[in-house]
Amino acid sequence: MSDTIHKTSYMLPIGPVHPALHEPIRLDLDVDGEEIIDVDVAAGQVHRGIEWIGMNRNNAVQTIYLAERICGICSACHPFAFVLAVEQAAGIEVPVRADYIRTIVAEVERMHSHLLWAGVAGHEIGFESLFFYVWRIREKVMDLTEVLTGNRNSKAMYQIGGVRRDITPEQIPIIRASLDIYKEAFDEMRHLFLDDPTIKLRCRNSGVLPTEDALKLCAAGPTARASGVPTDVRQDHPYAAYADLGVKAITPDVITGCVVGDTYDRIIVRLLEVKQSIELIEKALDTMPEGPILTEPKIAKLLALLKKAEGEGVARVEAPRGENIHYVRLKAGEDTLQAWKVRAPTYANLQVVPTMLKGQQIADVPIAFASIDPCMSCSNRAVVTNKTDSTVSFLDGEKLHALSVEKTRRLNAELAGK
Amino acid sequence: MNVLDAKAVIKSYEDALDGALLNSRVYEREVGARKHVYTSLWLDVERSGFRAAVSHVAQLQDSPHFSVIAQVDLGDSVDLLYHFSLFTGEPNKAIALVLRVTLSKTDLTIPTITDLIPGAIFSERETQEMMGVTVVGIPDGRRLFIPEDFPEGVYPWRRDETGPEEMLNVLPGKQGIQHE
Repeated sequence: MSDTIHKTSYMLPIGPVHPALHEPIRLDLDVDGEEIIDVDVAAGQVHRGIEWIGMNRNNAVQTIYLAERICGICSACHPFAFVLAVEQAAGIEVPVRADYIRTIVAEVERMHSHLLWAGVAGHEIGFESLFFYVWRIREKVMDLTEVLTGNRNSKAMYQIGGVRRDITPEQIPIIRASLDIYKEAFDEMRHLFLDDPTIKLRCRNSGVLPTEDALKLCAAGPTARASGVPTDVRQDHPYAAYADLGVKAITPDVITGCVVGDTYDRIIVRLLEVKQSIELIEKALDTMPEGPILTEPKIAKLLALLKKAEGEGVARVEAPRGENIHYVRLKAGEDTLQAWKVRAPTYANLQVVPTMLKGQQIADVPIAFASIDPCMSCSNRAVVTNKTDSTVSFLDGEKLHALSVEKTRRLNAELAGK
Repeated sequence: MNVLDAKAVIKSYEDALDGALLNSRVYEREVGARKHVYTSLWLDVERSGFRAAVSHVAQLQDSPHFSVIAQVDLGDSVDLLYHFSLFTGEPNKAIALVLRVTLSKTDLTIPTITDLIPGAIFSERETQEMMGVTVVGIPDGRRLFIPEDFPEGVYPWRRDETGPEEMLNVLPGKQGIQHE
């Protein structure tokens, strides 16, 4: 009998595009039954050429708004890195108070991003009550963002040479009250995420990224830290007020005593970073000096200064997903940037996806891939190609999600039966 | 890890590269109330010494952290800027290191560094498709961001006749294609 059975592998592309979110992606999975043998990442389905616009159409100040729109969630860290790079290129100083306000806004963004991700992680494994719980408390951080910047999302706080809005004395009690809510909620969140047997079953030893692979493939942010690489731009080369506040890179061994580098470890790191952000904001509010918030408030003067400037700058900031780097080059006499290069952290982290997914089951793809915190909209549509007869069938996001939920239910039932 | 300051890094490069180091520049900026000094280090190297320069990064730090390659079209030449972080994991001690190689448009080739730093593969693929620089020895030369049906020989970040000018709509101050 055995000689009539042909072993065959299937190509399972997942993705690529959902226009509502940034970074659409397609994963081409080579699968043998349920097991993933190989993975290829195909990026760029909606490459918008944003850098090109900054180099050909916009002036430097207009490009801040463009940088803000690179990503819907990271609407602080992209303009943050961009203005730092331009300031370096043009030799513009920043008032100390602006350094603090920049830091506070960036940390509020990190809280928001990590909470959003935690909810999505619950959803990916079919833990919907957790998803609703986390997204309910995420709403508070949106309100906080609105108090600080006037917007729930695109924050428009960063300006070359400082920030556009001050933090007024009336705002400070509102910010503190909001942080108190999170301090209260933190213990419950920690209990829900770290003690829950369902999450442990689905996330422990899933999507493992060993330390040496994280180093070799230049992983960034929580993805690298969860694999035991103690790197954090805020710690390594502090910018803005981070040197004053003191940041220590968080690795999962502070809770569990060991580093596995799996999805569970990435949950630990992000969870603890929410707490770290709360503490950083509180410390920044306590020690924020008085003073001006902008070196050159007149836009026309600033633009004239930038037009005369010649030079180049590079800046890194720790975005919620990891190291975000902008390179800017200015040429005297030109309104637009001569060069602008942006590297968002997911660009680096996509390179580790094959390592993480190999040997996993298809039902683990949603949570393992989501654990680097890319845009998961990507798995909205998938095509299954049978290599032997080239037939194509469609596996949409709902089906993939259903597979993941089914696995959680099955593990739950096994757990109950024990 | 033996953590050096910017000047010591330059010195070690002068010794390691044996004349292939053309220029060096240190940028320092004070940040925050405590005036912490943020440092970036810019080194211009010749292409002949480029591989040695990258190997030297790996000697200064085990598993060096590579970020990205930035590409600039300067008319007759193309600048490639390799962005590294030196001494990551050391609080307040890291240095942003930029290795610059200037290539003449008549010979746009650069050796791969993926054998030294596997995490550079995406950036090398991007350099090939966006700037038209051939990365010699690249293990995976496929396009990364540009779709398969995009024409050959057009490089979106070039500012010369191989740039995307003809594919553009009219922009303020730019002359678009005149349709009959």
